[in-house]
Amino acid sequence: MSTLTRVKEYRPQQRHLPMIATLVLLVAAYGYGASQYPAFGSGQVVFNLFINYSWLLVVAIGMTFVILTGGIDLSVGSVVALSTVLSAELLTKHGWSAPAVIVLVLAVGALLGTGMGALIHYFEIQPFIATLVGLFFARGLCLTISTEAPSIDNAVFTSIAQTQIPLPGDSHVSISVVIALVVVVIAGYVLHYTRFGRTVYAVGGSEQSAVLMGLKVARTKVSVYALSGFCSALGGLLLVFYKLSGDPLSAIGTELDAIAAVVIGGTILSGGSGYVVGTVLGVLVLGMIQTLIDFDGTLSSWWTKIVIGALLFGFIVLQRLIARRAR
Amino acid sequence: MTGHRLFWPIAALVALLLVDLAVKPSFFSVELRDGHLYGSLVDILRLGAPLILVGIGMTLVVATRGIDLSVGSVVAISGALACLHLSGLGDQNSVGGTLVAVAMALGLCLALGAWNGFLVAVLGIQPIIATLILMVAGRGIAQLITDGQIITITSGPFRAIGSGYLLTLPLSILIALVVFVLTSVLVRRSALGLLIEAVGGNPEASRLSGLRSGRLIWLVYVFGGLCAGVAGLMISANTSGADANHAGLWIELDAILALTIGGTQLTGGRFSLGGTVIGALLIQTLTTTVYTLGIPDTATLLVKAMVVLLVCLVQSPAFRAKVRRRRKSPPPAPADRPVKVEVSA
Repeated sequence: MSTLTRVKEYRPQQRHLPMIATLVLLVAAYGYGASQYPAFGSGQVVFNLFINYSWLLVVAIGMTFVILTGGIDLSVGSVVALSTVLSAELLTKHGWSAPAVIVLVLAVGALLGTGMGALIHYFEIQPFIATLVGLFFARGLCLTISTEAPSIDNAVFTSIAQTQIPLPGDSHVSISVVIALVVVVIAGYVLHYTRFGRTVYAVGGSEQSAVLMGLKVARTKVSVYALSGFCSALGGLLLVFYKLSGDPLSAIGTELDAIAAVVIGGTILSGGSGYVVGTVLGVLVLGMIQTLIDFDGTLSSWWTKIVIGALLFGFIVLQRLIARRAR
Repeated sequence: MTGHRLFWPIAALVALLLVDLAVKPSFFSVELRDGHLYGSLVDILRLGAPLILVGIGMTLVVATRGIDLSVGSVVAISGALACLHLSGLGDQNSVGGTLVAVAMALGLCLALGAWNGFLVAVLGIQPIIATLILMVAGRGIAQLITDGQIITITSGPFRAIGSGYLLTLPLSILIALVVFVLTSVLVRRSALGLLIEAVGGNPEASRLSGLRSGRLIWLVYVFGGLCAGVAGLMISANTSGADANHAGLWIELDAILALTIGGTQLTGGRFSLGGTVIGALLIQTLTTTVYTLGIPDTATLLVKAMVVLLVCLVQSPAFRAKVRRRRKSPPPAPADRPVKVEVSA
């Protein structure tokens, strides 16, 4: 078979279709932006997407694991906020060192996630409710610890925040972007090349079958929530690097952004099917929508919400149409 | 008796009320003033009415395996449109003008519910994402209607929806009661409830057995929109104005909590309207209790998390079985649940 016929006969795999559709739309949206606003065409716009949304990307990666098992995690936004508040409080008021704060924040996130996972698995409380309790609990802790949003002047944190990694073409990225991309690579590796990853897909496909096959369902289910808690805490730290403050009211509604990103990326909410790369594309779509609105710059705050809703609608409907036509 | 599915929610509700009684001995007293009933218990019912309404609509949506995140925004839009129309009237006290305002608001809410239903039933978008669109955009629409301001109104007939009285009872309680009774009769005395449960239990099987599941799904979202609309009118009538930013904020989460506490499974196929009402009253009582106890605002969420966790735990059969097993030995073999064998291993 010649290469040409092989190219002609290329049919994307069924399960890749939603992801490919999202990629096509993303490129189209970038093309549209570049044709409307001259500054949009520069590479830095793309890198800024990563810089501004690296924290959401990490949170959404954790969410991907949870959704792949057929669960959901509503607590992520509150855990992000809790991480920012804990960092600010411990660094500025208690004089902790930066590494100690980072370790503690990540441990707290993982611990909260483990707790919710245990409630869901061992006591059979629905994931939506168990993590909703987590949402209330973590946000409540934030407000109990602090009602203000102090800024952070710790040397390590500010240097991480301000370091720019130069890239060819006169552009740059932040350290947070590197961290987020490392998380993406590790997550992709774990999901596709380890026993744990395959168990995650198996549990999402059919929990009953996974149990009967003798897979470690209990450990896997609790682990994905622990992982999501860890990712939320890490996302919180990246948000601290981005904003250099700890706000108890930050990241409200992040859970919905993360879920939307995962779903736009082609992962199915009932579990068992989806990819980490899809989630990256989903986060970029949300970022692109916001960037287009920022470049326009004439919309009032309520028109912004309406346009975000309309663009979200457009993306989802087009994605479904493309995926359906290609079938 | 503890086996009844509503035993634990009702027990939790009673326990909360007893806490209130212990702190404030006059908590249960209800008095008749000028032919109107007053008292803390009446207040719980009156302030809980919007949540009950939204919860009833949400219950049917969840029964079809769906979810409606947009109800909070619909609440805001409904209040905003009604208040905008009223504020433009020469005589705000005219009954005709008020009826037009109410009809306009509810008409728009029906259309918004139909939009959600269209996305879910026709385009096949996952409900949580489909309704997320209106949740985000709807807040914007409400702010657009009020132009970002808080519209205040003086209309007597409109305010009666929130704080008026009929036959000694607050009108809002009666509205919630009528909606509850009508919905219960409609879904339980006809095949409608069964069909809704069939769609939620197994959409594919119910389609193959000749059910027009698309139409049913559409119907429950429209009904959910209508319930949210009425709740929105109540909330704005209660505050004599429309606050597009804060009206109905987080009511979708409270409604979902209420129906879960009441025994409706989020995986669809089973629902209990009575349970939802109990759940909604429990959440409203919790809010009232927090005020009665004088707990600071910042700790409200923590208390809420603890109480909800406790209620969910005692309701969970797995939790009760584990507690019982710890008391008794040897442990009873859970023969009918293979999942649990794996758990205890």
